[in-house]
Amino acid sequence: MIDKKWIGHELPASVLPIERTRLQFFAKAIGETDSVYTDAAAARDAGYPDLPAPPTFLFAAELDSGASNQLLDDLQIPLSKLLHGEQSFSYHRPACVGDTVTVRSTVSDIYDKKNGALEFVVKTSRATNQRDELVAEMRTVIVCRH
Amino acid sequence: MTTATYDSIQIGDELPALQLPPVNRTTLALFAGASGDHNPIHIDTDFARKAGMPDVFAQGMLGMAWLGRLVTGWVPQAQLRRFDVRFLGITHLGHVVSCSGEVLRLQEVDGERQAVLEIRSVNQFGETRIAGEAVVALPNTESKR
Repeated sequence: MIDKKWIGHELPASVLPIERTRLQFFAKAIGETDSVYTDAAAARDAGYPDLPAPPTFLFAAELDSGASNQLLDDLQIPLSKLLHGEQSFSYHRPACVGDTVTVRSTVSDIYDKKNGALEFVVKTSRATNQRDELVAEMRTVIVCRH
Repeated sequence: MTTATYDSIQIGDELPALQLPPVNRTTLALFAGASGDHNPIHIDTDFARKAGMPDVFAQGMLGMAWLGRLVTGWVPQAQLRRFDVRFLGITHLGHVVSCSGEVLRLQEVDGERQAVLEIRSVNQFGETRIAGEAVVALPNTESKR
């Protein structure tokens, strides 16, 4: 069983610079063909200062930094038993190439179902930019299957 | 693209569906690199089999990104306010996913007119893989992106 002492645990901050080639790679990987996501001129025509990060991109922050893997290690959840249960984003302002986004997360709940056969960890996150403006809030439910 | 407006849409209106190509290993490898999710269960067959899976399978966030394309293909991303999903089933190699959405209700929040969209991805067997909602702001009048 995952130790409930981790409820309230704050992950170290994860800093994600929003970079052009990474966004272009991400667009390719998801099959995005809208030029707003690959061509700076098209992005500017659409009102952005540069390429915008697509809606789910900020999830990369804690993967890149290693904070996600560290949390799994701390909670003793092996990758082989990990599933993603739910994911939410609420958006406050765009993150574009040139911005640096910092994600700070807290473990907000841990619970189980089916007599412990499935365990759930809820992580809530705030993403801010280099001006300390709120970019997005996120909520992640990860599942450990036994 | 010409954007949807509050006056031009109705409850029950459907978003143009997004049809994806069959999931293959290349797609999963590219998404692992681009997303930063290097969990080997999505890219290393040996690891996946040891974990009790028949083979590698798609990252949940890949399916969510496809639903994101569905929504931002309908309204510009700057109008996206919320995006919430539940992952209901694993997307395996060879699954052919299609994403669909429809207007569930219209609402006004802090003076902003919004549409709540029910969004969903299903495989070729009609099994729902991801279900959720997106909230988008809608301008009152026709405007060009």
